Amino acid sequence: MSSSIRASGSADARPDVMSAQQDIKSIKADQPSPLALFLDNDFVYSFWHSKITVAASLVALLIVLGAVLAPWIAPHDPFDLKTLSLLDSNAPPAWAKGGDIRFLLGTDDQGRDVFSTILYGSRLSLAVGLLSVVFAAALGITLGLIAGYAGGAVDTLIMRAADVQLTFPAILIALLIDGTAHALFGQYREESATIWVLVLSIGLSFWVQYARTVRSMTFVERNKDYVLAARLIGIRPSLILVRHILPNVIGPVLVIVTINLALAIILEATLSFLGVGLSPTQPSLGTMIRIGNNFLFSGEWWIAIFPGITLAALVLSVNLVGDWLRDALNPKLR
Amino acid sequence: MSQPVLSIRNLRVEFPNRHGTLVAVSDVSFDIARGEVLGVVGESGAGKSLTGSAIIGLLEPPGRIAGGEVWLDGSRIDQLSPEAMRRIRGKRIGMVFQDPLTSLNPLNRIGDQLVETIEVHTNYRGVHARRRAVALLTEVGLPAAAERVDNYPHQFSGGMRQRVVVALALAADPELVIADEPTTALDVSVQAQIIALLKRLCRERGTAIMLITHDMGVIAEVADRVAVMYAGRIVEIGAVNDVITRPLHPYSVGLMNSIPRLNSDVESLTQIFGSMPTPASIPSGCAFHPRCQRVFTPCAKKRPELVTRGPSQVACWLYDDVPAAAEVAK
Amino acid sequence: MLAFVLRRAAQAVLVMVVVALIAFTLFRFVGDPVNQMVGIETSAQERELLRQQLGLNDPVVVQFARFIWAAAHLDFGASYQFKQPVIDLFAERFPATIELSIVSALFSLLLGIPMGVYTALHRDSWLSGIILTVSLVGISLPTFLIGILLIYIFAVSLPWLPSFGRGDVIALGFWTTGLLTKSGLRAIILPAVTLALFQMALIMRLVRSEMIEVLRTDYIKFARARGLPNRLVNFGHALKNTLVPVVTIVGLQFGSIIAFAIITETVFQWPGMGLLFLRAVQNADIPIMSAYLLLVAAIFVLINLVVDLLYVVVDPRIRIGGRSA
Repeated sequence: MSSSIRASGSADARPDVMSAQQDIKSIKADQPSPLALFLDNDFVYSFWHSKITVAASLVALLIVLGAVLAPWIAPHDPFDLKTLSLLDSNAPPAWAKGGDIRFLLGTDDQGRDVFSTILYGSRLSLAVGLLSVVFAAALGITLGLIAGYAGGAVDTLIMRAADVQLTFPAILIALLIDGTAHALFGQYREESATIWVLVLSIGLSFWVQYARTVRSMTFVERNKDYVLAARLIGIRPSLILVRHILPNVIGPVLVIVTINLALAIILEATLSFLGVGLSPTQPSLGTMIRIGNNFLFSGEWWIAIFPGITLAALVLSVNLVGDWLRDALNPKLR
Repeated sequence: MSQPVLSIRNLRVEFPNRHGTLVAVSDVSFDIARGEVLGVVGESGAGKSLTGSAIIGLLEPPGRIAGGEVWLDGSRIDQLSPEAMRRIRGKRIGMVFQDPLTSLNPLNRIGDQLVETIEVHTNYRGVHARRRAVALLTEVGLPAAAERVDNYPHQFSGGMRQRVVVALALAADPELVIADEPTTALDVSVQAQIIALLKRLCRERGTAIMLITHDMGVIAEVADRVAVMYAGRIVEIGAVNDVITRPLHPYSVGLMNSIPRLNSDVESLTQIFGSMPTPASIPSGCAFHPRCQRVFTPCAKKRPELVTRGPSQVACWLYDDVPAAAEVAK
Repeated sequence: MLAFVLRRAAQAVLVMVVVALIAFTLFRFVGDPVNQMVGIETSAQERELLRQQLGLNDPVVVQFARFIWAAAHLDFGASYQFKQPVIDLFAERFPATIELSIVSALFSLLLGIPMGVYTALHRDSWLSGIILTVSLVGISLPTFLIGILLIYIFAVSLPWLPSFGRGDVIALGFWTTGLLTKSGLRAIILPAVTLALFQMALIMRLVRSEMIEVLRTDYIKFARARGLPNRLVNFGHALKNTLVPVVTIVGLQFGSIIAFAIITETVFQWPGMGLLFLRAVQNADIPIMSAYLLLVAAIFVLINLVVDLLYVVVDPRIRIGGRSA
């Protein structure tokens, strides 16, 4: 009993031990295929299991598809002035009295079909939202990586800038940038310029979150042995950052993106509603609500309400999917 | 012989999840006599902490007690209402956790935390409760207790904080204290102090201790008896001296042999090949058989029960010979 | 602790300086003070003279110093649109915005915190489900949309509440308040609710997630292991520890409320500074924009400082130093 048990990789050739090992082998052979394992993955499972998330993604998908396919599926082109007729203006939805079957959800004061305008408007809202998030993320991640890796004065500078900006709510910053651009370039009727100014304004209001998170993670990774080893070998810092540190950072960044996207869409809609975003000739959902607001009191509710519902549905579904994603990615909740 | 203060019979703790049910603790039985120190050893994941949580009724859902009985001083406690269980906690069973840094609320003074415990479980109030708190702190060896009773946890070192935790656990004078890895988070020098403290206090008050740990050195120092757990089961239980010097179960043998001895001269540390199975993949029959050097035919087929062999009890077919042979012959 | 306070104060000064720089740049280089002051007929010579007189040809640093000096004396120049001193315009509208903001903040706190606590403690109840859904809607709907909906329901369909304006106000010294008149109180309800909804949902979710985190900690487990009753554990320990980080974030939210007031004031035609600022943005009225920036920055910085000091008071780990073994 007191004989020591020596570590051994190979077993004795005793029949009892061998049969025990046969048991182990057969257990392994019963494992399901890799595909089945993926579909049974906790991540994917929690998605299908949550009816709300599935429903929300469907709604979001619907709106996105509508927006992307707008040029092909919209019954009218609301921007082609030749097809508009003021005689059609302010028509109620098709099922109401005085409605026209051509204009499913009614028309606005210019005679534009509300349904088509919603499709095109969603397109713009989504485009601006996504672009600004991409911009904010790119800027924030880059600055965060640099700050975290370089440290010292560069780090302090970037972080102080972040601190200063964090004192102010995003909407104020966006308004300021937008207003300044407005003042500098006069009344820019150039449509694409408006979009880029918006993307810039919104993007610049949101980069800080990314920068901070990425910076602290870079800080941690930078001091780890594998990075030190890479530096010793002489690998360029940019390569280290992109190849090694960046992949580790993606998870938390994704979480921020989900929160950000909804906020960006809301911010664009708000700016457009306030009249400093997209103009009526190229309306986003926010602009449409602004136009429709003027007609609410006279009873022509469809011009504002339908875009409003679309906007609400879009943001709500983005938030719901974001909520699920956050819970699924959160290691603490597993 | 008087009634044991704690008596566990066939305890079973399960975790239902969408894949099925995981059995984390299976058919565990033991007694703790009044004033005795029972050590419970095993690797991480063997089910030791879960056993402790189950006894005190603090299993986190979806974990639940799926079978067996827990008797405290002759009355059954595993089926009590939450309110009745709450009254037992602290008053009759105390618990000490591993990390003193996170066991204390950083925003409350330690004096306040002591006083609230005292006021909930005893008749002391106000000034009397406070005086008792200071006395407790002195008893656990905190210097200048009267001045430091109004300090915050972060103002103490790790060892001092653990003393405060011990004071809190003993504040209502329980019959049993469950100590879950009380020294793992402490420096080695401080470990000895805390162990000595626990030993002394429990001798003085006649409190029984269930000492959960993976550190055999601590067990050797303070325990009267020891239970060895593996994959949610008890594989051997007996007096400390017996289990350490004459282990019976092959796993216990491996454990004791893997501890380096000061007076031996070996080139490599002994180890048991493989690793302990998770609750999701427990082998059939004896849970240890895939790693056992002395495995033979019945081991994979039927799970061994605890049988008495000399002064200890062991769950292994090597010792349960007569019935096993008859079983296998069928 | 002193070091902490000094550091935060230094940071506040830094922020103000940076903001002042931005405001100055805006004021001096984006806007053109001269062109705003004169008509089209004024000759180039006269413009140059005016520039000289206004000191616009002096070194930039000198102009910056002058700018700061003027700002310290609350002189922000004159509005391009209204031809009035900016400070007068602000003073007129300041009470409206502040009253709206404070009422909203109180509203969001008084409802948000209890709901957050409830949903954390009773995670599976149906009421929690409803509250969570409503809160999700609250943070998904843009403020202006909520405002429009509320107007449509309560002012157009059911003529219960006014849809614009502040109602009757009473002047108290330099302050005007709408809270002491019946029409004023009726007028502030819809805007305050609109402004508060987003904040309330945010606070509720924050409190809930913080509390759930706290309830998972070891010290709560230990408190339960000591047999402390639920009420003591949940409120004496968990709630207390939850509110510490929450309080600081809530303080910062007040700044957000003032910013979002811009939207609410626009929807409800509430005569506050937000509306003024928006008009300025639309019409490139630089003096107002620049002054608003400075003023709002000062308020935010002050709030941040107060919140940081609050943290010191509330968290003993910062207040009292480290260990003494």
